[in-house]
Amino acid sequence: MLEIRIHGRGGQGNVAAAYLLAGAAFETGRHAQAFPNFGAERRGAPVVAFVRIADAPIRRRCQVLHPDWLIVQDDALLTAGGVSAGLKPGGRILVNSARSAEALHERTGLETTVLAADSLSKQFLGRPMPNTALLSAFLTLTGLLPREALIKALAQRFKGDLLEKNSQLIEEAARQVPEGGWNDA
Amino acid sequence: MRDMLEGSQAIARAVALCRPQVVAAYPITPQTHIVENLSKLVADGKLTTELVSVESEFSAASVALGAAAAGSRAYTASSSQGIMLMSEVLFNIAGLRIPLVLTCANRAIGAPLSIWNDQQDSMAVRDAGWIQLYCADNQEAVDTTIQAYRIAERCEIPVMVCVDGFVLTHTMEAIDLPTQEQVDGFLPPYRFNRALDPRRPISIGTLVAPEYFSEVRHANHKALERAIDEIEAADRDWAEVSGRSSGGLVEVLGDPEARIGILTLGSATGTLLEALDEYPDLGPVRLIRLRCFRPFPFEALRRACAGLEQLAILERALSPGLGGIVGTEVRAALADLEGTLHIRDYAVGLGGRDIPLSTLPRVLEALAVPESERFRILDVNLEQLPEEDR
Repeated sequence: MLEIRIHGRGGQGNVAAAYLLAGAAFETGRHAQAFPNFGAERRGAPVVAFVRIADAPIRRRCQVLHPDWLIVQDDALLTAGGVSAGLKPGGRILVNSARSAEALHERTGLETTVLAADSLSKQFLGRPMPNTALLSAFLTLTGLLPREALIKALAQRFKGDLLEKNSQLIEEAARQVPEGGWNDA
Repeated sequence: MRDMLEGSQAIARAVALCRPQVVAAYPITPQTHIVENLSKLVADGKLTTELVSVESEFSAASVALGAAAAGSRAYTASSSQGIMLMSEVLFNIAGLRIPLVLTCANRAIGAPLSIWNDQQDSMAVRDAGWIQLYCADNQEAVDTTIQAYRIAERCEIPVMVCVDGFVLTHTMEAIDLPTQEQVDGFLPPYRFNRALDPRRPISIGTLVAPEYFSEVRHANHKALERAIDEIEAADRDWAEVSGRSSGGLVEVLGDPEARIGILTLGSATGTLLEALDEYPDLGPVRLIRLRCFRPFPFEALRRACAGLEQLAILERALSPGLGGIVGTEVRAALADLEGTLHIRDYAVGLGGRDIPLSTLPRVLEALAVPESERFRILDVNLEQLPEEDR
């Protein structure tokens, strides 16, 4: 079973990201579960969401304490403490940031992979909505699921122009990180 | 067809498959998405029902009562303070023997204010006279909703389907939604013999004098006791249609021969079940899940507990000054085994506190202490409290 924890802020589509990832896993015939852990329900407040993907039915419903991977939608959360808590040895962190991985390491001491998902999503969607770009980069780095599965899951939620623009964003985000980049280490 | 659905969305679709003629609800976290999804089904033309927007939960329950009394299949849903505000009406619905279905998206009750899950809300109205069924996962929430209408209408007793808030309502997982034909075949159109009808006037809810009140209460109590058979039959018959059982009255998981048992209700079941695999060195454990809490399934519970030497009860509510609610009732049901059966009762997962896999070894360790308290809240960090409150 693979466990992913997604950190973000209310309004960044954190829960949607978890649902999309679980939906994409379902599209490939895997078992998947996604759920949020809400704090205060308001825009800007830190939000955590969890995803589990497995080859057998998932019955546990506890929070993900030891994720294999972290997706962080706002680099300021890295300094808030607790974000990387419980990350498995060898676990990797993907961060939405305009800074370089080196600059983030200097500030936080954490090894991360960076995607400038705010500016990238702004370019395609007209506003910063980093979740789909991050998911695409995540799938590219891990090779966990094909990108088409993500687009299929997205098509369950969006249609027309928004789906088309997100699909373009997903293709571009995938080009910005090395394919299988997290599998080498 | 299997589909990835959020719990609330799956419940809304299950409700729609039951063809309710009246839906009345007032939004409250974490029930909100159920009502939103029902509204959307109506707006999209996929559900034809009278969707009544009300100004409070008291009105939501009252509208559902009136609608069902007038012969319409009715639905409502709430949580926490909403259930509290409904409580007067909930007693009336049951006392009047009005069949309807309510989803309780279980949430803590304030104060202190909490939007998160425990089961204090449904436990607080356990004496209202409703059937209460607790769901372990979202597939069960779907299947139990459909069963609930049949049980309610055959017994003329309202059914509360209890679903852990957030833990189930906000979890997306694969759900097998039955077809309309399957549900239609299982659930015939609602016919209420005592339906209010101006052509055949009757009065309901009239004053009952002391000469007759005890008799009405007796009839009510007996009806709930008799509902046991319908609850079992509904699960069995729906399993024939769908291929899935939701656990009947009491479900036994883990090692059925084990001498050590853990009893729980609701969504903690799956976590504890996987914990058994995660901690194989703990030895055999029998996991008992109380699906039906009202009527209280004495016989099924006694069968499930036969041969146990130690039993831990994990519940998500308490009665301050007494201890566990479920624990107290289970002790009463097993009273004649006292002396041979060591029972301890723990409140866990209060106000959204996570129930991790490690709950299993911690509970078994606590249970093994012979001179321990009969009840306590697990996971209390005393250092967070001032000295005088510890």
